[in-house]
Amino acid sequence: MRRAKAAVAPYLLALPAWIWFAIFFVVPIAAMASVSLTTGNILEGFQQTLSFSNYADAVGQYHVQLIRSLIYGGTATVIMLLLAYPVAYWIAFKGGRRKSMYLFLLLLPFFVSFVLRTISWGFLLADDGILFGPLKSAGLLPGDFHVLATDVAVIGGLTYNFLPFMVLPIYVALGRVDPRVIEAAYDLYASRWAAFRKVVLPLSLPGVFAGVLMTFVPATADPVNARVLGGTGNTMIGNIIQTEYMTNNDYPTASALSFTLMAVLLVGIFAYARSLGTENVLEAAAR
Amino acid sequence: MNTPHNSPFIDPAFLRGMTRSRAASRRDVFRLAGLTAAGLALSACGVQGQKKAAPKPSEVAGFWSGKQKNGKVVFANWPEYMPEDRGPLKKFQQETGIAFEYLEVIEENASFFGKSEPQLRAGQPLGYDIVVMTNGMQFARMQALGYLVALDHKQLPNFAANAAPKYKNPAYDPNNTYSIPYTSGLTGIAYNTKYVKEPITSIQALFDPKYKGKVGMMADSQEIANFGLFALGIEPEKATKADWEKAAAKLKEQRDGGIVRKYYDQDYIDAVSKGDVWLTMGWSGDVFQRQLAGEPVAFVVPEEGGTIWTDNMMIPKGAANPVDALMLMDFLYRSEVAAELTEYIQYVTPVPAVKDLLTAKAAGLKGEDKKALEAMVESPLVFPSEADYTKLHGYVSPAQPADQEAFQGMFQAVTQG
Repeated sequence: MRRAKAAVAPYLLALPAWIWFAIFFVVPIAAMASVSLTTGNILEGFQQTLSFSNYADAVGQYHVQLIRSLIYGGTATVIMLLLAYPVAYWIAFKGGRRKSMYLFLLLLPFFVSFVLRTISWGFLLADDGILFGPLKSAGLLPGDFHVLATDVAVIGGLTYNFLPFMVLPIYVALGRVDPRVIEAAYDLYASRWAAFRKVVLPLSLPGVFAGVLMTFVPATADPVNARVLGGTGNTMIGNIIQTEYMTNNDYPTASALSFTLMAVLLVGIFAYARSLGTENVLEAAAR
Repeated sequence: MNTPHNSPFIDPAFLRGMTRSRAASRRDVFRLAGLTAAGLALSACGVQGQKKAAPKPSEVAGFWSGKQKNGKVVFANWPEYMPEDRGPLKKFQQETGIAFEYLEVIEENASFFGKSEPQLRAGQPLGYDIVVMTNGMQFARMQALGYLVALDHKQLPNFAANAAPKYKNPAYDPNNTYSIPYTSGLTGIAYNTKYVKEPITSIQALFDPKYKGKVGMMADSQEIANFGLFALGIEPEKATKADWEKAAAKLKEQRDGGIVRKYYDQDYIDAVSKGDVWLTMGWSGDVFQRQLAGEPVAFVVPEEGGTIWTDNMMIPKGAANPVDALMLMDFLYRSEVAAELTEYIQYVTPVPAVKDLLTAKAAGLKGEDKKALEAMVESPLVFPSEADYTKLHGYVSPAQPADQEAFQGMFQAVTQG
């Protein structure tokens, strides 16, 4: 009897989490999938017609913004990786006793709301704002120079907003590297570069993967940076989904676009996992 | 849509949804596929339409008969639409004994409607007795879907006595069946006088290559469509589908020529006062408030035409205190209460007597206060003259769903390309 109880206990403990997952993840996703196949409009109602052409129509209409989002998200992710890895490396290996303070400093701006931070960049980068205004009056920049309303502003905003989510997993992975392994590499006459390339880098890859996952997905789907920092021709797929849902009340198109985005991101991520050659990289990242 | 400088124009809940990581493991994907199929089977019913015809007078009387005041009213409004001290509402409470709860929860018609719609469709109350919406597409949807309570005009004597004729019986709500105006405003051209040295009079300035990259336009389809139509000399109310197409083509040309810097929501006012754009489509009250704050912005209704919009008070279906709501709506139509509101909001009031009341008040003031109030009373942005009104037009309001879709598609292709 006691043994039977012991066998059931883990399942019982996990049950609330499963119920939560079922109610707040599975049901909405299933409902959204269902809505994405309906036809109609807000005034006359939506009928389930299993209309898979919704997907073709939505992608046909908005492929430009979809591809643009992937390019923006991908570019921002690469820049984040290039910026974050050295920082994470430095904190992990050179941070000494102040490691937690450096991490805290890194996270400090993120105690302010995401939207507010992005709007603040709009003020800092204003055409005649506190940064460019003096430079322009000193003749160092041409009068019509501007950063806002360009690709650079949107990608820069994405990079800034998601950077800590790249630094933290890499830092954690690097922190787990056993210093004795690195010493062993030196004992085997590895140069510093070789030790990094053959020992530290491979051991940190799960962190890199987790970082990419945590930044590429939200950066690609983000509607805020394009809205606040972008101009004409910077609209991302997140903005389109928002408009379709809120303004047009075209729930099928909004749902179909959300699923398309999700599918594209999943395919991209699994292709990336493959190319890293780490079959179990998701599990490694979760460790 | 028309509120002075409020920044969080994106619903935070929506943001969270958009930015959350959607990662899943490979096994989860297969599991998801299975569950999705199950979900399809479960929820194959779709969303029911509830399109409603206008109510019969007997139905309206039936709804209101026997309804009593409950001593409480919940008012959902836009930011900066009520003096900070809530003076008018406090007076209302003193006089009637009705306690008020005032919430600044409406920041955009589309997101307010988008959030409320599922609740209203499910027949649940929103928890508000009065809401304020602009005479745009979302308001039309509220009417068509039967989400509004038809008003009992017998209980609105101040509205009948004090509202200007042009604010009664509007095309977007015949006979004021569901709504009475809260305040109106104008869409015209706002420009920064530090950068624009010539007086702007024509809408063609927004299309002038001289201002390449320094022109702001509005992202809202109904707003931008009107300006495309004005530029072509077409009256929005009389525009046909072919006219919309021409207007969209004109706006696309403006965009492709690099003249437009950005399609703005409420954030245009910061952009023009900072100089990110030099001239832009703008709302009168915003510009007037910035002028009072000493910023170098000017506002003009272009000679080709400008847009007049109205934010309206209405009672959503399921409101708990409809009688109290009517009492408050009517109270706000007392001339002296309307004057207090106008002095703070600085948009166009539907109560013409306000002008004399404020003129009299200004006469009793001194110094800066006197000058500011006099400037406001003289301003055509707050009290448009009859000549100004002839230039002002309503939105294009397609009634049929297919036309709405076509309209939105045409102009969103410009603003969201």
